[in-house]
Amino acid sequence: MKTFPIGGVHPSDNKKWSCNKAIETLALPDVVNIPLGQHIGAPATAKVAKGDKVLTGQLIAEATGFMSANIHSPISGTVTAVDLQPNAQGLRQMMITIKREGDEWMPEIDRTAEVKRECELDSAAIIAKIKDAGIVGMGGATFPTHVKLSIPNGCKAEFLIINGVECEPYLTSDHRTMLERGEELLVGVEILKKALGVEKAIIGVENNKPDAIASLTKIIKEKKFAIEVEPLKVQYPQGGEKQLIAAVTGREVPPPPALPIHVGAVVCNASTALAVYEAVQKNKPLIERVVTVTGKDVKNPCNLLTRMGTPISQLLEMAGGLPEGDVKVVNGGPMMGRAMVNVDSPVTKGCSGITVFSGDEVRRVPTSECIKCAKCVAACPMGLEPYLLQRLAAKQMWDEMEVERIPDCIECGCCQYTCPAGIALLDYVRLGKQTVMGIIRARAAAAAAKK
Amino acid sequence: MANKFIIATAPHMHSPLSTQSLMRDVIVALMPALVVSALVYGLSVLYVTAIAVVSCVLVEFLIQKYLIKGASTLGNLSAVVTGLLLAFNLPANIPWWIIVIGAVVAIGVAKMTFGGLGHNPFNPALVGRVFLLIAYPVQMTSFPEIEPVVGGIVDTFSGATPLAAVKSGALSVVDANLGSMFGGFTGGSMGELSAAALLAGGLYMLWRRVITWHIPVAVLGSMAAFAFIVALMQGGGAELYALPAFHLFAGGAMLGAIFMATDYVTSPMTPKGMLIYGVGIGVITMVIRLWGAYPEGMSFAILLMNAVTPLINKYVKPRRFGVITAKK
Repeated sequence: MKTFPIGGVHPSDNKKWSCNKAIETLALPDVVNIPLGQHIGAPATAKVAKGDKVLTGQLIAEATGFMSANIHSPISGTVTAVDLQPNAQGLRQMMITIKREGDEWMPEIDRTAEVKRECELDSAAIIAKIKDAGIVGMGGATFPTHVKLSIPNGCKAEFLIINGVECEPYLTSDHRTMLERGEELLVGVEILKKALGVEKAIIGVENNKPDAIASLTKIIKEKKFAIEVEPLKVQYPQGGEKQLIAAVTGREVPPPPALPIHVGAVVCNASTALAVYEAVQKNKPLIERVVTVTGKDVKNPCNLLTRMGTPISQLLEMAGGLPEGDVKVVNGGPMMGRAMVNVDSPVTKGCSGITVFSGDEVRRVPTSECIKCAKCVAACPMGLEPYLLQRLAAKQMWDEMEVERIPDCIECGCCQYTCPAGIALLDYVRLGKQTVMGIIRARAAAAAAKK
Repeated sequence: MANKFIIATAPHMHSPLSTQSLMRDVIVALMPALVVSALVYGLSVLYVTAIAVVSCVLVEFLIQKYLIKGASTLGNLSAVVTGLLLAFNLPANIPWWIIVIGAVVAIGVAKMTFGGLGHNPFNPALVGRVFLLIAYPVQMTSFPEIEPVVGGIVDTFSGATPLAAVKSGALSVVDANLGSMFGGFTGGSMGELSAAALLAGGLYMLWRRVITWHIPVAVLGSMAAFAFIVALMQGGGAELYALPAFHLFAGGAMLGAIFMATDYVTSPMTPKGMLIYGVGIGVITMVIRLWGAYPEGMSFAILLMNAVTPLINKYVKPRRFGVITAKK
């Protein structure tokens, strides 16, 4: 069975709590907060003001330039504020606040459950529709999908790879989506193929989701989709874009600044493919998504179909509330998610799960001296030496860090996960990467200014 | 809400590994060899081992508390491992005060002087052994005659180890009893008796992923290859296979390759570096064994390659993701 070539770790996946829970629809929130910046790139520009009436699916903020994304109202009601609000980390961020009045949808949105297979649109029209719908990568990276589908000059897409790996432990939102919305998702994949003009589409799914693999394979066979399903050996971080491309095609994306397209690959998340289907075939913008709420002491772990902007506290309540005592509530999974201080902050487009840690799990393991066991070197999927990068960062030796290829780091956390001495390797590596990337950008800007 | 929200950066999960758990696995892996040794040499083995372990732990405790003035580091169990490995390198009838001196040199000089676990450039147990070998050559190389608890199957060399006997010309490698050397009924340092027991420990460490195969395979493979080539140049014959097999099972080859050379702190960080380091150890060991003044060269070879480790780490880098495709 295929997997990626270098490094990787095997954390216990802990998906058992939520992987057999069917997707439930969460009750509509009374008030939503919609951050203008919930994707990579420039924050969107608000198109509504306090007092405006909006319908569900109505455009409320427009992409600012190419590298940005539209945002639509997830409910119908009245805009009560366009102002700074605390986000999950407690930092103030521009958000549109809407108070719900019923749930009246934009008339052009097709809300029927009927699966619409045929798509007459050409590539440019599909990409335009995806852009209009404000679709971004739903695996957590939130890279605008229309940007990904616009192939740069001189490059050619050969493969479309759908990321159904969900290598983050705990999370099951992609798993349930593939299982329950398989046919619509596959139509989405066909539309993406057409948008890219590629013949080959492969869905990479880790082997810990045999039901999803079986179900997708069955639908592909019965309904004659020209799409392959590739079961992959379970290993973190297989859902990393570069790791997935290497696992599925055997091709390795060269070091930065090269992009996946340089080896002919475009990768889209599985849930994103479903969003593409809904946008192109049903005119439905990205206003809701599946969020897994889970954790060791969560009473009712679940997969919730949630409108964007819903307070995370409402999801936690649905899952049986927070456990007693100190908790760590993480937006995303345990390996790359972000811990939050404000659970009243909203669900956003990149929020695939809320993982709740309690008891002993909330604090880091104690730190001791590095014993040079080389486990971090063996675990690094990019072929870096985290122990060395940690030392260089601690001594602020930025030039040496650049020589040691710090920009290659994908911040997957394998090094820190595996370190027996409990050293916060990634903290140092991340600091070093940010600093070195800043130096590289400044150097490029200076060189450009000289010309 | 009554909850207190803890925040930290990702990852929020940690593997069950700790320095302590790794060291505990090494201790478990050393047990088969200790048991074989106790069966062969009797209770004096446990006595020597206990003195070595207690002195190593005590020296580390005292230095950490009164000289470094830091929190106790005994919990990581590395002093216990050093004590065991030091004992494994001693004859079963060594006087107790020599063991204590060995512990002071191993922990006090080779480890704590550099700042403790993780900072020592040389393998502490080996520094202790080599110091004792040079300071007390008579006591370190006179081994007791074997009085086995399990009787009947013993082929004794009455004091001289096979390596020393071969060196002095008293024994031909073709005549050496390899079965006895493999099983552990041939005289020598306490922990070096049984290649089989040491291999079992090595397999346990591989299974628990404490070590990788690179260093032991490189050390033993290069020793066997070197011996084979030498035998070939000397005319081959029966020695062609006897010489490599003899050298793998004799002396500290197994103990060194599996437990000493794989010491985390003093060995390289990359698989390629580990192979270079292992081959270096194998070749130096064979050169000393065949042409040097000492019958055994494993300790010297490992210490020499320990010194090269920082250089290997500087120049041998892991394969970078993406460069293979870029070359095509």
